Amino acid sequence: MDLTVNGERHNLQVDRERSLLSVLRNELELTGTKYGCGEGNCGACTVLIDGEPSQSCITSASAAAGREVTTIEGLERDGELHPVQQAFAEHSAFQCGYCTPGFIISTVGLLSRKPDPTDAEIRSGLNGNICRCGAYTRIIRAVKSAAAGAEGNAK
Amino acid sequence: MPSFDYAAPTSLAEAVKLMGSSGTVRAFAGGTDLIDQLKTNRRNADLVIDLKRIPELQKLEMGSDGLHIGAARSCSDVHHDATVNRLYGGLADATGLVGSVQIQNRAAVGGNVCNAAPSGDTTPNLLTHEAVAVITGPSGTRKIELADFFVGPGQTVLQSGEILQELILPKPPESSASAYLRFIPRNEMDIAVAGVSSFIHVDPATKTVRKARIALASVAPTPVRARGAESVLEGKVITEALIASAGDAAVESATPITDVRGSAEYRRELVRVLTRRTLSICLERIGISL
Repeated sequence: MDLTVNGERHNLQVDRERSLLSVLRNELELTGTKYGCGEGNCGACTVLIDGEPSQSCITSASAAAGREVTTIEGLERDGELHPVQQAFAEHSAFQCGYCTPGFIISTVGLLSRKPDPTDAEIRSGLNGNICRCGAYTRIIRAVKSAAAGAEGNAK
Repeated sequence: MPSFDYAAPTSLAEAVKLMGSSGTVRAFAGGTDLIDQLKTNRRNADLVIDLKRIPELQKLEMGSDGLHIGAARSCSDVHHDATVNRLYGGLADATGLVGSVQIQNRAAVGGNVCNAAPSGDTTPNLLTHEAVAVITGPSGTRKIELADFFVGPGQTVLQSGEILQELILPKPPESSASAYLRFIPRNEMDIAVAGVSSFIHVDPATKTVRKARIALASVAPTPVRARGAESVLEGKVITEALIASAGDAAVESATPITDVRGSAEYRRELVRVLTRRTLSICLERIGISL
C-alpha cells in the first residue's frame, strides 16, 4: 500500500489489517506516536489524517492509505519546533511526557478548526486525550499560549 | 488481534458483492466500535469491509425528501454541518457527544446506528426525526422506518449481504426543533446511563403542540420511542406543567436494567428529568418562552 506520512510517500508491503500505529512505529520507526490503551480511549496514539485528529491504534493502515498522515515527527520545520510544541515545552505541560505527542497533535487539530479557543473549547477539543500525570492545568495554559502566539503572528 | 482479510471497495456494487463472500463478513465505516470488538474478541470476522471510500455513503445533502446522510459520513462532518445545526439541532448535539473528538472524526452516524448499542447517542434523535433507513443488498434497495431497524442489543434487521446505505431525515417544519441530552458520570469517552431526544413542533401563535416525538437510549434492549409522552403533549397548549407530565409519561416507556452504570430506578428518574430538559431546550430553540 501507499502511505503518505509527514509529506513523504512510502510503498509498504504490510498486512492490510495492521493498525496504522503498528505500521508507523514498527515499519517507519516513527516512535513518537505512542501505544496507550489500544482501544481508542486514551489518545496517546493520535495522529492527523487529512488534518483531523484520529486514533491510530483503532485505524487500520489501509484506511489511511492515500490520505495525508501527520505524526509528531512531522510538525517541526527546518529544525524549528512547531509553535504548539514550543508552547508545551515552555509551559512544561507534561510530567512523564508519554501522552504529550497525542496532546500536541490534538491541539494542532483543534487550533486549525478554532484558532482562538475558550477554556471550555480547549477542554472539549482535547476530550479524547488523557494525561495520567494530571498536567491538565499546564496543558491548557500551553494551548492558550500557542493560540495567542499564532494570533500575534497573524497580526 | 485475530487475523482477518480486509477490503476497501470504492463502489456500492463492489461492496455488495464483497458482502456476499464466504465466512463471517463485517462492514464498518470508522471502525471505532468494530476494530475494538475484534481486538477484544467480542465479535469475529473473516473479512472486514471498510465502507469509507464509497461516494454514495459519504453524502450529506438536502434533497426534496429531506436530509440524506450517507452511512459512512463522519460524526464530525455532521456535527459541523450548517443545515444540521439549523434544522436538526438534536443531531448536532448527539454527534458532538459521541466518544471524543478523535472518535467523532472517524466514527459515522450510520455506523453508530448499525452497531445497534442500546446506548448509541445518535439514534434517539434520528428516531425523533422519523429517519428512513435505505438498505442495499444483493436483491436491490429497500427502505424501512429506522424505528423498525433494531432487533436487540447489537442486532438489526440487516440481512446477510446487506449494507445500510444512507439515512433520510424528512425536513422539519417551521417552528419546530429537536434536542438530545444524555447523562454520564464524566463528560467524554463514556457510555450513556440514559439519553433522551425530543422533537417538538409548536404553533407559535397558540403555543399548541402540533407534533411531538420523544426517544430514549440506554433504558431498553433497543432505542425506543416514548409514545405515551408524545400523546400527552400533542394537541395541548405547552406549559411547564405539561412538560412535567410528559416527563412522567416518558418513564412508562423505559424498561431499564440495573448494571454497573446505574440502577433501573435511577435510569427511570433520568428519563423523567432529561425529557423535561430536552423539551425546554426545544422551546428555547424555537424561540417560545413559557
